[in-house]
Amino acid sequence: MERREFLTSSSGATALALAAASGLVPAYAQNAPGWNKVAFDSKSFAEAAKALGATSAPVESKELVLQAPEIAENGSVVRVGAQSSMANTTQIAFVVEKNPSALAALFDIPSGTDANVSTNIKMGQSSNVYALAKVGDKYFYAVKEVKVTLGGCGG
Amino acid sequence: MSDPMRIRAQAQGDKTTVRVLVSHEMESGQRKDAAGKTVPAWFIQTINATWNGKTVMSAQWGTAVSKNPFVQFSFKGGKAGDKIVVSWVDNHGDKRSDEAVIA
Repeated sequence: MERREFLTSSSGATALALAAASGLVPAYAQNAPGWNKVAFDSKSFAEAAKALGATSAPVESKELVLQAPEIAENGSVVRVGAQSSMANTTQIAFVVEKNPSALAALFDIPSGTDANVSTNIKMGQSSNVYALAKVGDKYFYAVKEVKVTLGGCGG
Repeated sequence: MSDPMRIRAQAQGDKTTVRVLVSHEMESGQRKDAAGKTVPAWFIQTINATWNGKTVMSAQWGTAVSKNPFVQFSFKGGKAGDKIVVSWVDNHGDKRSDEAVIA
């Protein structure tokens, strides 16, 4: 990041913090519209699934394939991908069980879009990584253990 | 304002594959600075992509998405010359929108 940009962005953050401290703006009043705070606050896979609307425990499915490395040397960039071959998959979420917030990312799959997304996530430590797919009103998952040799959440 | 996103969209057969590289700090809120103070979380919360005005990808992200996030997805339809627009909103209320043309 450019030094100049860092200065402007950090002064913006300070202004925001001051506004929050003076009671003008509650902290985190700026959450983007449509962002599911409850789901992103969840601490476990079960909690995240519930917060996303699963009424019963998700079922493991072979038709959902999670791509993740067995060993991630750098926990701050772990490529994960999930592909569902179940028709009418409408959501795919990535959940890292031992991260401070379990839910990492939630993708909506509009009709016409393949139920196949990849992204990079951070992992604080070795953990089970889950892909969670919503099919109709049911939830399915795939899980893989990823060993992290260098964490990506702390310093 | 952050740097532009890098968007590559490629049509192959009846599918278009889109790869997006976003430029964003994605501060997790877990890190401490040199003085031992926690660096507040600063991350993209929602991101979406449209093709000819139709939403082809929308996602919500938490703090666990990597710095300078990468995302790949594909959808049916799309031909060379069509426009893809990707937009995000972060927890500071900052927004950015970039567009690319399908190759």
